Amino acid sequence: MIDEPTRRLDEGALRALVPRVLAGLVRRGEDFDAAEDALQEALLEALRVWPEHPPRDPRAWLATVATRRLVDARRSEAARHRREEAIYAEPRPAATEEGDDTLFLLFRCCHPDLAPAAQVALTLRAVGGLTTREIADAFYVPEATMAQRISRAKRALRGRPLDQPGDLAVVLRVLYLVYTAGHAGRVDLAREAIRLARQLTLATEEPEACGLLALMLLNHARLPARFDSEGRVVTLDRQDRGRWDTRKIAEGVRVLQSALATQRPGRYQIEAAIAALHDDAASAEETDWPQILAWYDDLVALTDDPVRRDPAAVLGRAVAVGHVLGAAAGLRETDRLREVLGERHRWHAVRGHLHELGGDLPAAATAYADAARLATNVAERDHLVRQAARARAAELPSSA
Amino acid sequence: MPKYLLLKHYRGGPEPHRPVPPIDQWAPGDVEAHVAFQNHVSELLEENGEYVDAQALIPARTWVRYGGPDAAPVTTDGPHPETSDLVAGWWMIDVDSHERAVELAAYVSSEPGPGGEPLYEWIDVREVMWERPRTTDAA
Repeated sequence: MIDEPTRRLDEGALRALVPRVLAGLVRRGEDFDAAEDALQEALLEALRVWPEHPPRDPRAWLATVATRRLVDARRSEAARHRREEAIYAEPRPAATEEGDDTLFLLFRCCHPDLAPAAQVALTLRAVGGLTTREIADAFYVPEATMAQRISRAKRALRGRPLDQPGDLAVVLRVLYLVYTAGHAGRVDLAREAIRLARQLTLATEEPEACGLLALMLLNHARLPARFDSEGRVVTLDRQDRGRWDTRKIAEGVRVLQSALATQRPGRYQIEAAIAALHDDAASAEETDWPQILAWYDDLVALTDDPVRRDPAAVLGRAVAVGHVLGAAAGLRETDRLREVLGERHRWHAVRGHLHELGGDLPAAATAYADAARLATNVAERDHLVRQAARARAAELPSSA
Repeated sequence: MPKYLLLKHYRGGPEPHRPVPPIDQWAPGDVEAHVAFQNHVSELLEENGEYVDAQALIPARTWVRYGGPDAAPVTTDGPHPETSDLVAGWWMIDVDSHERAVELAAYVSSEPGPGGEPLYEWIDVREVMWERPRTTDAA
């Protein structure tokens, strides 16, 4: 995965130009919806033409072709209405900074009135520079479905003023959604989310943007160890830590420290700090659980009524409690979540882990089996079935 | 070419030919072999050019019906007699003939169970209706 073929690298460079070209078109007064369509067509043409005929100035090429498409679109409209042809305008070089363009478009695509699925799709196309087909592949839906989702989103945004400041919290949530959508499809969405978050940190001083980037980097660093050669899930305590990406960890820690230095903590910074403590341990046994628990205390304190409003944080904290104060204390913490998370596989999986930590293998096997029945993805389901079978086998005669 | 669904069920269908406990109670090695076989079937179908789709469903089920004018949808997740049919997932295949679909379903059913011996699971084979009448030049 490190050395992609040249064509892939070209695609990456090409995609990075998309938000700059699009922002340039919109700032010039083009309609966002039409400009985004025109640029998507230019992008598809670039993917077709560039491998044979690389342009001298890729950004100008994209802007010119997109502008021609806009003119063509206007022409056919004009023909319908028997009006004068629109005049072809040479694109002026955008005067704004790259980071401003990204932020401007992210606010547009992550408009709070759009549903999350629409925000994600539009962001990947207009800011990420992915084709509709790539986005469709990443989410396992037909291309026509994704095209429709994107055009509906753009229709919903039509006529809204472009200059109002957006909601950064929504942007961060959308990028995190892209990250967690993972890397199963042809396009690695996790890497795409990291690339976008990195661009975002160039455009805003908000420490939570850095916190999010750090969180993604520190989690992504463990990806090479997260599955074995057969594609089986390997949990954190059993991962080969030599396979973690130390460069990503170093960058994540650096970005996190710069965010924490602003003394304006937030949930992404706190979650990144927890990830950093895991990444910092040379072995599972050396994990600094007391400090992880302290960060979890801060995390749950961010929300009123965390059991209802941030149960994932309370569940994560229960694991830390189990490691610091003992399995029984951890299980008591999970009891508080039974009503909220009792039907979720993660709750049962955590209880299986805590039972195993406390040496109660029959209870662990039952909890893992319950978790497997509720799991929503095949790799995780298979992993939980294995955990159940393993716990059950370990309690049989062979255990001394 | 006709398309078929090879449906796997959590429960329902004919009397099991070989009754076995739930998979989480098998020996770990048997679990591995079973999971590896499922992946192998998908790869085999892809290699053959017969693969269309494969999906797994979680067991939780909700029945929904129209609630009537201005009424919320009516839902229920029970009661389910233990014998009621519960689909676990499927492969959709695109094959030359019904015979080929049956052959593949039998192969799926030979998946290893406890002790590595075939599971003899009943597979529900359903032909997919075509959207339009078939013509000779259909792809």
